[in-house]
This record gives sequence, structure tokens and C-alpha cells, in this order.
Amino acid sequence: MTTRDSYASETDTTEGRVYSVTGGDWDSLVTEIGQSKEERVVVNMGPQHPSTHGVLRLVLELEGETITEVRAGIGYLHTGIEKNTEYRTWTQGVTFVTRMDYLAPIFNETAYCLGVEKLLGITNDIPERASEIRVLMMELNRISSHMVALGTGALELGALSPMIFAFREREKVLDVFELVSGLRMNMAYVRPGGVAQDLPKGAIPKIRETVKELRHNFKDNEKLLVGNTIWMKRTQGIGYLDLAGCTTLGITGPVLRSTGMPWDLRKTEPYCGYENYEFDIVTTDTCDVYGRFLIRMQELEQSLRIIEQACDKLEKSEGQPVMVADKKIAWPSQLSVGSDGLGNSLDHIREIMSTSMESLIHHFKLVTEGFRVPAGQVYSAVESPRGETGVHLVSDGGTRPYRVHFREPSFNNLQATSAMSEGGMLADIIGAVASIDPVMGGVDR
Amino acid sequence: MSENTGAFGTQGSGDTSGFGGLIRSAINIGSSERPYGGYFDEIADELERAYPEFSDAIEKVVVDRGELTLHVKRERLFETATKLRDTQSLRFEICLGVNGVHYPEDKDRELHAVYPLLSMTHNRRIRLEVSIPDSDPHLPSLVEVWGGNNWHERETWDMFGIIFDGHPGLTRILMPDDWPGHPQRKDYPLGGIPIEYKGATVPAPSERRSYR
Repeated sequence: MTTRDSYASETDTTEGRVYSVTGGDWDSLVTEIGQSKEERVVVNMGPQHPSTHGVLRLVLELEGETITEVRAGIGYLHTGIEKNTEYRTWTQGVTFVTRMDYLAPIFNETAYCLGVEKLLGITNDIPERASEIRVLMMELNRISSHMVALGTGALELGALSPMIFAFREREKVLDVFELVSGLRMNMAYVRPGGVAQDLPKGAIPKIRETVKELRHNFKDNEKLLVGNTIWMKRTQGIGYLDLAGCTTLGITGPVLRSTGMPWDLRKTEPYCGYENYEFDIVTTDTCDVYGRFLIRMQELEQSLRIIEQACDKLEKSEGQPVMVADKKIAWPSQLSVGSDGLGNSLDHIREIMSTSMESLIHHFKLVTEGFRVPAGQVYSAVESPRGETGVHLVSDGGTRPYRVHFREPSFNNLQATSAMSEGGMLADIIGAVASIDPVMGGVDR
Repeated sequence: MSENTGAFGTQGSGDTSGFGGLIRSAINIGSSERPYGGYFDEIADELERAYPEFSDAIEKVVVDRGELTLHVKRERLFETATKLRDTQSLRFEICLGVNGVHYPEDKDRELHAVYPLLSMTHNRRIRLEVSIPDSDPHLPSLVEVWGGNNWHERETWDMFGIIFDGHPGLTRILMPDDWPGHPQRKDYPLGGIPIEYKGATVPAPSERRSYR
């Protein structure tokens, strides 16, 4: 096309002709390319494309419909979260990291908080009830994240109905999040030392009811997709990556488990008391998109099992603390529901404003300045829906992190796009990327 | 000890909003002596057996908070990594990337690269750490050993300016290709960049108004 595009001018490339399509007529483009003698076409898919899970750019080199080379371009959602945390207290860091992988906020928070607790040396002082709530919230979050993976994955391959069902179930989980933390996403609910507040009254019955509904409703998607001929044809044998490929690329999560490797940090290095829960690691040995899809489907049931056990435990630990006893670390205020919604506990405000000057000073120091963390570095990891979310924390002994680095599974696993798709058909890269389930907020941070 | 001023140029105040002065001091964690405890002694023994130049390659061993860190000389990094991956009794088959840390106070060792390793075979974790001077920020690339380090090394180059020699395509990954500077360094300001939007330029937050 002859229209001049300031973002892809002729001077940008020396290798061939540039065709830019900005609201033009596709027919004329097809005719124009048809006249070219060149077999090889380089196509930009994205940065904004309905099937790239956000702002991902894929540069595809095509021969006909066969992909000969893929390069992923990322960084469009880079917000400098890691840099920002260095200018805030350790507690405020939670509010930042929860926004990285926005579909799995609880996992980011927990990984970060486990790291801070390790640095503080209080890992064994975390109340059991706090760990139980963390497990409960993580497994709920795993369901809501897998629902997006399944729903959008199916949508991208042209199946529209699973998306409707998946998002219906996700809403139910988000309702629970709202009940427990006041927020549906990016809750900053898990805090160094415990969780922000205890479960509100009526939360456990509501969760039990939700579990029942979910278990029933998951069958809808199962009926739609498992064994569905079109779905199988679009997913079986697609996006192949075997165990050797996974280890060399550092791949974890469902993609690794689809090679038959039963690797799950909840079992291999239990944290938050996962060793006290009964559940199975789901694996398949097909190494393909279908296998990863089946793993996510079955992990939903395993998560429900864990949630039920967590509910049992939480009923027994009713009334126990949810924050570490050390007043120099524990966030001073508790939240409560007032006449105008969720806010600071009035009892606490009464105490600091009219009863105890020391409480006020303590509150003020802890909230504005934060607590000091002994110098050193740690690495802590949790099994997020996408694989190992690792956090490398460095402290210089001050009230703010010296360095926070997230080893995001999305970032790492997205590297497998080339290995999974080169030599395959153009239409199959959609399924391959969807089976990695990258979340660009986590990739770019 | 040096003092960096924050985005709004405040100095020496007790302000803790994050825009005030940031006081950063050098971190110094001493090395550990044997026994390291747990499986760490076994790892050290096995590595010494498999790698005769061990004593030359490892600068110090640190066991802190239940984690083992081997400080490696950069000339020996590639060999050490290969031994850690290939030795039957070690088998660190997964590298969880590389992360940079900038210590401006640590003279001639300003830039650190940290590699967390995982052995699925033995369910063990260790960490490699390499320190290099800011004036010569070169490290051997480990992409040949662990292919998954490709993007992680690009990120570390992008954020810290560490050059990984032998990397198949060391380009910026998160920041735009023509970005000046490496944002995660301690001397790089937070939000000190003017923003271009639709032809107009919005000055950086630190330039908009004086808080002094």
C-alpha cells in the first residue's frame, strides 16, 4: 500500500517491501502480496491482538501458512514495579507486587511475604490460622486464574461458550475475594506476618456453598470440551514441548506437568502448611496443548479439595490470631465493617486517638516508617497457576527493600513460544501461546 | 555511606514517603565456615570432587537463613555452572534466571549477578553469585548451559547494564530499544524521565515543582 505510515516508513527496513494495514482494504492487500515473487513474509501479530493475552507482539516469519521463525516482543506493560518497591516500606511492597501477575495476585503476595518473613526470621512464628487463610485464598485464586486460562484459551481457538461458563465461575470466586478482603483483584490481603484481617462472619458457609456450586458447574465446561472432536483436533499434538525442552528452558507449572513430570512446589517444598492437606499432583504425558488443558481442568477439582480441608481447619481455629504476635512487625490496625463500609476499626481509632499516646506513636512509626529488616538476601518460591513464582529479596537492614526481583513464570515460560510453534501452522501458535497461559502484567512487571 | 536524593529533591529529612532522601549503606555478610548444615556440606563436597579448581573458583561460601550461596569468580562461572548441571550427584538442571543487584558502595564489585539454581533430581536449591566491577561489566553468558536464561540475561542487561558475552542476541527486552541508561541501578532516579505524549513533553515529576 502506498499510504505513508509514520510508524513503519520505508526507511525502517532494507530487506523487502513493507505493507502496512491501517484500516485499509484487505482485498487489495491480498492482491498486492499475491503479485510478489517472495515466498517469505514477515508478519507482526500484535502488540494488540485478540489472541495474544494482552499486549504481546509476535513477529512471525511465514512461508505460506507455515511458521519458520517466531520472536516474541514484550515490555509493553513494563511499569517498573520492582524499582518502585525500593522506595516504599516492606509492607507497602505487597500493594505493588499484587499488581504484577494480575490474575494471580494472592500468589505474588504470598511469595513476597514468605520472603520477607524469611528475612525477618519469623517463618515459624506465623500463626497457623494465617497460613490456613493463605492456602484457602491461594487455591481460590488458582481456580479463578485457571478459569481465565481455560475460557480465553478456548475463545482464542474459536470456542465461545466455554468463556461464558468460565467467567461465570470466576465471578463466584471473585465474590468470595470481595467478601474476605473487600477487593476483587489486587487485594494486598497477604501481609508480612500474616494476613490483613480475619475472615468476616459468614465467610466459611459462603465458601462451602461456592465450592458446591463450582463443583457442579465445572461439569459444563468439561462436557463442552473434553472429548470434543473439534477441540481435540485444535489441541492434540499442538505446541509440543517435552521434558528435556522444559528443563533447559526452565519451564515449570502445567507445561512441565504435561510432560509427565510430577513437579509441584506444594508437594516438593511445602510452604504455608501444604504438607497437611491431601491432594494429588495432576500430570499428563502428551506434552501438548490438550494435556495442559486437561491438567488445568483437573487441578480445579484438587483446589476444591484443598479449599474444603482449609475450611475444616479454619472452623477449628476460629478466634485465633491471623497476624504475628510481634507488635514491632504486625500491622497495628484491624479493619472492620462500619456503617459506611469497610474501614479502620473504630475500636482501634478510639484507642490511639483518646486512650494511649504510646499506641498512637507506635502506629504512626510503624505505618509511616515501617519495620527494619536485617540485612541479607533470600529466595522464596510458591507454585502459582503458571509455575514457580520466585522472589529474590535483598535487604540492607533498612525499612525499605534494597532489591525486589520476581522470577515470573509467565516471563520465563513465554520463551517456549518459539520451541513450541516453529515448523507448525500459523493457526496453532494461538493454541500454543494460550497453553503457556502468559499474563503480560507478570511478564513485563 | 552515601545519600541519594529522591524524586522531589528533599534531603536529610526524616521523610519516609519515598520521595525523600534514600540512605543506602553497603551490605556486608561474612562468609560461613564448615559445617554448613543440611545438604549444603554434601553439595560442597561433591562439587569439590567433580571440580578440581573448586578452591580457585569459589571466592566464599555463605550460608544465611537456610540458603547456600556460592560466590564464584566470573572467569570460572561457566565451568562451575556446567559442573553443577552435569555432575550426577549435583544435577542442577534448572536455573531460575539471573537477577542483578547494584551495590554502588562495594568498590570494584558494584554489580552482582545472582543465579538461583534448582535440582529436581535431588530437590535441592543453591544460589550462585558473581561480583563484577562497574568499569568492566562483562559476564559469560550461561544460555548455552541453561537455555531459559536467554530472556533473564537480556533483562539483566536492560536493567543493570551487565554485558553477557556469548549471548545469542543481547538486546533490551523490557525498555524500548533506544532507551538511555539502565533503570534498576541505584543512581538511576525513580520517575525522573520526561514523558512524550502526542507531540508535547510532560516534564518529569521531579522537575514539575520544587518541594524544597
